[in-house]
Amino acid sequence: MGHVYMPILVLFVLAAAFAVGSVTAAGFTGPKRYNRAKVDAYECGIEATPQPVGTAHFPVKYYLTAMLFIVFDIEIIFLYPWAVTFSKLGFFGLVEMVLFIGTVFVAYAYVWRRGGLQWD
Amino acid sequence: MEKTAVGSLSQLTVGVGAGDMATADMVLNIGPQHPATHGVLRIALTLDGERIVRAQPIIGYMHRGAEKLFEARDYRQILVLANRHDWLSAFSNELGVAMAVERMLGLEVPARAIWARTLLAELNRVLNHLMFLGAYPLEMGAITPIFYAFTEREVLQAVMEEISGGRVHYMFNRIGGLKEDLPAGWLDRVDDAIAAVRRRLPDFDRLIRGNEIFQARTRGVGVLAAETVLAYGASGPVARASGVDFDLRRDEPYLAYAELDVPVVTRSDGDCYARFEVLLDQVAASLGLAGTCAQRLRDLPPGPINVRLPKIVKAPEGETYTWTENPLGINGYYLVSRGERTPWRLKLRTASFSNIQVLGELLPGCLVPDMVAILGSMFFVVGDIDK
Amino acid sequence: MNQLISTSPLSLPSRAPVAATEATVSTFGHDPWWLILGKVVAVFVFLVLITLFLIWAERRIVARMQQRLGPNRTGPFGLGQGLADGIKLALKEEIIPAMADKPVYFIAPIVATIPAFLAFAVIPVGGVVSIFGHVTALQVTDLPVAVLFILACSSFGVYGIVLGGWASGSTYPLLGALRSAAQVISYEVSLALALVPIFLYAGSLSTSEIVAAQNRFWFVFLVPSFVIYMVSAVGETNRAPFDLPEAEGELVGGFHTEYSSLKFALFFLAEYINMTTVSAVATTLFLGGWHAPFLLSRVPVLNSGWFGLVWFTLKLLTVLFGFIWLRGTLPRLRYDQFMRLGWKLLIPASLVWLLLVAAMRTLVVEDVNLRRNLVPVGIVFVVLLLLVSFWPSSKKPDRDGEGEDGHPEIAVGNRAFPVPVLPGEQTDPTLAPREVTRA
Repeated sequence: MGHVYMPILVLFVLAAAFAVGSVTAAGFTGPKRYNRAKVDAYECGIEATPQPVGTAHFPVKYYLTAMLFIVFDIEIIFLYPWAVTFSKLGFFGLVEMVLFIGTVFVAYAYVWRRGGLQWD
Repeated sequence: MEKTAVGSLSQLTVGVGAGDMATADMVLNIGPQHPATHGVLRIALTLDGERIVRAQPIIGYMHRGAEKLFEARDYRQILVLANRHDWLSAFSNELGVAMAVERMLGLEVPARAIWARTLLAELNRVLNHLMFLGAYPLEMGAITPIFYAFTEREVLQAVMEEISGGRVHYMFNRIGGLKEDLPAGWLDRVDDAIAAVRRRLPDFDRLIRGNEIFQARTRGVGVLAAETVLAYGASGPVARASGVDFDLRRDEPYLAYAELDVPVVTRSDGDCYARFEVLLDQVAASLGLAGTCAQRLRDLPPGPINVRLPKIVKAPEGETYTWTENPLGINGYYLVSRGERTPWRLKLRTASFSNIQVLGELLPGCLVPDMVAILGSMFFVVGDIDK
Repeated sequence: MNQLISTSPLSLPSRAPVAATEATVSTFGHDPWWLILGKVVAVFVFLVLITLFLIWAERRIVARMQQRLGPNRTGPFGLGQGLADGIKLALKEEIIPAMADKPVYFIAPIVATIPAFLAFAVIPVGGVVSIFGHVTALQVTDLPVAVLFILACSSFGVYGIVLGGWASGSTYPLLGALRSAAQVISYEVSLALALVPIFLYAGSLSTSEIVAAQNRFWFVFLVPSFVIYMVSAVGETNRAPFDLPEAEGELVGGFHTEYSSLKFALFFLAEYINMTTVSAVATTLFLGGWHAPFLLSRVPVLNSGWFGLVWFTLKLLTVLFGFIWLRGTLPRLRYDQFMRLGWKLLIPASLVWLLLVAAMRTLVVEDVNLRRNLVPVGIVFVVLLLLVSFWPSSKKPDRDGEGEDGHPEIAVGNRAFPVPVLPGEQTDPTLAPREVTRA
């Protein structure tokens, strides 16, 4: 089985060499003409306002949804092996999965009703 | 696999329980160099997430002192300056000045000139509206309509170029009429151009007006109440989309509009979608008016198209105010003369300047993407704001 | 692991006996080193070339849709445009913003690029062939969890965008990065859920075995899955109409506003490779992979070996054309609208559809052949889906304290959902927290 992953490792090395090489090369291939205005943050052509990055904090309004996302992601982790072995499990597997999805769905419906899926 | 994606977010998120950390409202400058402001308008936004808390339009990056320059030019030269502030409605801009001076002088403009001016003003309106019909969807990510709009603009511009020699700044008005008579066969080419634009309009209908995403982005967004329109003096398509049924061409007719049946396109919703619809329907209406004018011009007996004037034009002492229904709204010139070769004062009232003032009311509470839709639907030209 | 895979023939009663040219997971892992290297380099070159081609194709096709000619000066038909653009970018000055978080700023484009290349390793581009006497499949490698690997790669690539936007130390990229994160959490789930019905039929997560399972019927007959997958895929790759992280009309360039020179080129490359990958996945999982289309598949020569490469490329390009077509046609959604689409339509729809398919499969596995009944059910489902998604919303967007379905929002602090008040957030005492008293 280890052999199966070998080509992926090779491709990883190749892609990484290419990406790192490009990022490094960018410093040599282009001209260098320093100008203070160039290295300013882009803000439509005027002096940039000091930004929250690093100094203050920026509100991410959808973090509740992000938490819900984890729930669903884990649901998928359970669904995949079930799907692969589905024909072996037969009717029993179906009932189990209906119960499982149903349970997640109840939580999902609850969050929806309570407005947890509303973002700013 | 993606579980950690949320983990990386927590750097940005103010987590629950992080008691001493406060989220900062972010100040974002839209413009002066921003694709959505097509020009050098600047809007200072205060953002909470992507929600706009405060919006302040900052204007003047393109101020060229047009009014002061008017005072140092004689009346014929003013036309050149006057057609520049709103570069998309050059003909209508010239018209206002010419009409003001004619009124002061008590000039009788020949009938052919009046009808030709009406025709050209309507063609100019279509040119202007086509520009916004293309640019507005572009700001919302639909990259194709602007090319359709420009193809048709090209057809109309060919007609305008043939008669005036200019593609943007026509300079075809003169005090007392027009520069030259219409070229032979020109009216037929106008009819062809009108027909060509007409054929294209259904594309805009299907591609943009009927598009679900476009509707989702514009319906109920940036709703402008009729009271706000009146309070801020907004005019033109922006005002008519909010149900303010006001159009100088019908309500205080100038040129030949009194003899025409001017259809005034209005909507009552006042949202971005209504503004788009007004613009689109107004193109069809203007094409109709232009067609009628072309027909009338054919029927008119031959005659002069301008008035012979002395070398030096001096408006008599006094004052007058002319306003016209420009493509973007009411465009007014307040002319004060002390009997000299130059006006003592020529105050310019532009449509975009008044229309853009409502942004401070419209933007707070919207999302950043809504801002783009609203800006696109306010139909302004920065030169028209800054003068 | 092998035991798990070997159940697949059982699950496919109607499938034809596996042809000799079909690969399974056990086909892989026996290549000599030179063949591995050759395949890897071939995939790498293929992806770079298809990116260069796509840049050209997109501009030409969109130009045609807009009654223009598009780039036609560099080489025949302007084919050299992509390469010329790349060289131009390499010769541009590299600007590093003073405010940038430098290490992260440098790493971000690399993080975006590597997974984009990796995902393609498990895509079968052809049948089993003989190269210099070595019998091998036209696929770099295959894993028992190949599809999971693809999903992992595609979600990893988003880090590049999020980190890049965050590290730029500028407002527009930050907003773009946040939108990108929002996009991932909205579409990953429905993307992954849409694939489950396929595993029900194929009984495997290995791409080569899923292709083999489509020997007679393409899984595109699972229409709702296909539709949900394609919609999610467009969202996943930040393409129009879901190109919110870049949204040039709003955020100027979005996450890559502060990137220049080759670092920008890498983001560009990653986006196009991702687009290629999701199209390749669509081809593999839904459109029969490298199998010949329709009746041509009855001809054994046309349906095996190197010919597969032709069919695969043709199908891939067809799907890619769809992406370009969308770009030329549609405006962009607002980000709360596309999150709504993802969470309130695609996720429940894919779950319901999944249960439907599972129920049908159970009947099939138990006894009756109901596949033909599934097609009409699927069509009805898709019609309903489209109807719901394009139903003109008569509701005004809620700006007046009304909740999504007309219920007044329960206000705690200024938020709709009962969460603790965020630091710095003002609590409005007039919005009486009737839920809070209970808590």
